[in-house]
Amino acid sequence: MKRVLSGNEAIARGAWEAGVHLAAAYPGTPSTEILEELSRFPHVYCEWSTNEKVAVDVAVGAAYAGRRALAAMKHVGLNVAADSFFYASFTGAEAGLVLVSADDPAMHSSQNEQDNRRFAQFARVPCLEPADSQECKDFTIAAFDLSERFDAPVMLRTTTRTNHSSGPVELGERADRAPRRDKFPRDTAKYVMIPANARKRHPLVEQRARDVAAWAEKSPLNRIEWRDRAVGVITAGVAYQYAREVMPAASVLKLGLVYPIPEQLVRAFVAGVSRLIVLEELDPVIEEQVRMLGIACEGKSIFPLCGELDPSVVRQAAAAAGLAVDHAPVEVAALPKPELPARPPVLCAGCPHRGVFQLLSKKKVPVTGDIGCYTLGLLPPLSAIHTCGCMGAGIGVAHGAARAGIGERMVAVIGDSTFYHTGLPALANVAYNQANVLVVILDNRTTAMTGHQANPGTGITLGHQDTRVIELEPLVRALGIEHVATVDSYDVDGLEKTYKELMSHDQPAVLVARRECALLPEIRKQWVPLEVVEEKCTGCGICFRIGCPAILKSEELDAKSGKPLALIDPDQCTGCEVCSQLCPHDAIPTRDQMRLAEERQPASCSTPVSGGN
Amino acid sequence: MASPKAYSFVLVGVGGQGTLLASNILAEVGLAAGFDVKKSEVHGMAQRGGSVLSHVRWDAERVYSPIVGMGEADLLLSFEKMEALRFAEFLKPGGTAIVNDMAVVPITVSSGSAVYPGDEHLRRVFEALRAELVMVPGERLAQEAGNVKAANVVLLGAISRLLPLPEATWWECLSQRVPKKYLDLNRVAFASGRAAVAPTPAATPA
Repeated sequence: MKRVLSGNEAIARGAWEAGVHLAAAYPGTPSTEILEELSRFPHVYCEWSTNEKVAVDVAVGAAYAGRRALAAMKHVGLNVAADSFFYASFTGAEAGLVLVSADDPAMHSSQNEQDNRRFAQFARVPCLEPADSQECKDFTIAAFDLSERFDAPVMLRTTTRTNHSSGPVELGERADRAPRRDKFPRDTAKYVMIPANARKRHPLVEQRARDVAAWAEKSPLNRIEWRDRAVGVITAGVAYQYAREVMPAASVLKLGLVYPIPEQLVRAFVAGVSRLIVLEELDPVIEEQVRMLGIACEGKSIFPLCGELDPSVVRQAAAAAGLAVDHAPVEVAALPKPELPARPPVLCAGCPHRGVFQLLSKKKVPVTGDIGCYTLGLLPPLSAIHTCGCMGAGIGVAHGAARAGIGERMVAVIGDSTFYHTGLPALANVAYNQANVLVVILDNRTTAMTGHQANPGTGITLGHQDTRVIELEPLVRALGIEHVATVDSYDVDGLEKTYKELMSHDQPAVLVARRECALLPEIRKQWVPLEVVEEKCTGCGICFRIGCPAILKSEELDAKSGKPLALIDPDQCTGCEVCSQLCPHDAIPTRDQMRLAEERQPASCSTPVSGGN
Repeated sequence: MASPKAYSFVLVGVGGQGTLLASNILAEVGLAAGFDVKKSEVHGMAQRGGSVLSHVRWDAERVYSPIVGMGEADLLLSFEKMEALRFAEFLKPGGTAIVNDMAVVPITVSSGSAVYPGDEHLRRVFEALRAELVMVPGERLAQEAGNVKAANVVLLGAISRLLPLPEATWWECLSQRVPKKYLDLNRVAFASGRAAVAPTPAATPA
């Protein structure tokens, strides 16, 4: 039976069919749906780990225990997990261990562009790269087999385009696997990486890479498709699709295993073609391996190093290099378009972070940001964030600036999930080394950016089980931070009062700004849109300055000032009342004020009616 | 319409309009009709009120690239008027644009720093492409069917009229994707979208 599956759904399906026992991940685009999907299958333990490094260690533990295991992450997640990735390469495991690295060429939703095939090569870990959904499933199964055959972790490297593209996939059944160990191994020479043991492992790891390369000569994961011999293209992953689309006549060596590459197969292909091209997205990883064999080829001299490939980009570059293409590059005529208003991502209506950024913007303090929805606090009109590097970076950056002697008080903002991920050790550092940093934990009780995943603060697991809530305040106090306060993120005055109090001490301080994300299903049910009382609105524009997408400029103008009045879009407004509190003319009644007014109105109406009867 | 052996679609809209569900159904319809299919979209930051872009391709033999190149879409299905302008370059000259008669005003416009383009630009742009422009009142027809949220199903009804597949194929795929209690509502929404478009000669079922 065939079903249309996304690459991520197909990876989950493949892992399940391969008999995986455990899977762990931290959410990150474009990898998030792998664990969400896999957690719906029976007989697999799945968890959101607190970060990617922990996820890899968890998967390693399961694989040491003789159970097939998978860890999934976005490309930058592997930066966090790199330490574990390297020791796992040295130790190997007792059962299949697969690590999915979902790279994001073009940075659709990432802070940097990187090619994680480099990590595979770096750690001598075999790397498979699927080209469509069917291969996502098949290669996941192959990765487990390969891992067990060579006692190596295996990387399944995908890109946004394979993760988030869908195509038909032939479904199979689960191969139920008995655990390969009853007891945890006590093989210290293999699993205790003290220098004396690790030194013995390193030559084995290098030999393993040569063994995998030799095996790859005959593996069906790699194949030559002979067509016209004038041009031969070595390619892998989604780039294979572009090669077939744009250069349909060319012979192709399609590599499923992109590290290590099979020398004899490459030489056989090279001998059969007149002009050798390597087509790959991002880094010249295959190209460099081919060149190391002493073979001349063209690759990044033709195709771009940065960004995502697509058929148009490949066709343009190939045609310019004199390669035969399916049709001339399409000349896109300049269309008679007006300049179109941008549609930038914005903090949603009712976003609990808005009140905090309104305050920080007003205070004009330097703010180090972090990764999550709240990074959007950098946008005008709030313009309240001044740095954002990677998960958990903000607190350390604020500490460094403070300790280096900058004359301003530093503020770091970080979301709840990001705080548990890597903010916690950074805050421990602030407490230990005593910088006078104010850390604002924007606690919206979910991992919002990636689509509302549970985290240690939610009291729910990936498998929808109730669990302990790791409360932020006692945790932070236990670090020895004395000045800790919690405020409702919608309480504008409360935020400012608490901010002032915390900033009055020349010591580390933590402000927990707490309110659930307005888009959580149970919160959506509580939305009550507010309204502007036109008679009271003067068009002063204060409410426009909080960047709420529900507050519009009305076509009605104020008689005195001639400025547009405010208008609230009832379909977007959640009733958070941040604007009500900021309005100096009381022109936006709160929910309570609206309720009171309503209660009064029917009463005053009903009296004459009943009186008339 | 190009060769009936292959179709490239580009679906555009604004986060929350049901564009992704519509592209899922379009891919499933293609598979049910015997095509090889691929669909591609990007999640993430775009969901926060940004533009949404999705590619769907059908080919009687084999689809390679999941992405449609610029100037290579046979059909552009836009859930929002300005997004049709933004992504018009995807449409091939002589293609068809189905545009929902709906404006979702972005914050850049509501804050007064930019102006929402008038409808005359749609006509001008698609004339320049020698493309057919079909406007569909998606929200109005969905409202009449019983729920404004079924506008994406209205638009699928509209696009179905331009493709040579039996109506039953569409309905089989659709009915598996929509909640049971809304089946009748969606049936009406789909039919009204289908009725809102004049069939093209190529669209006669084989």
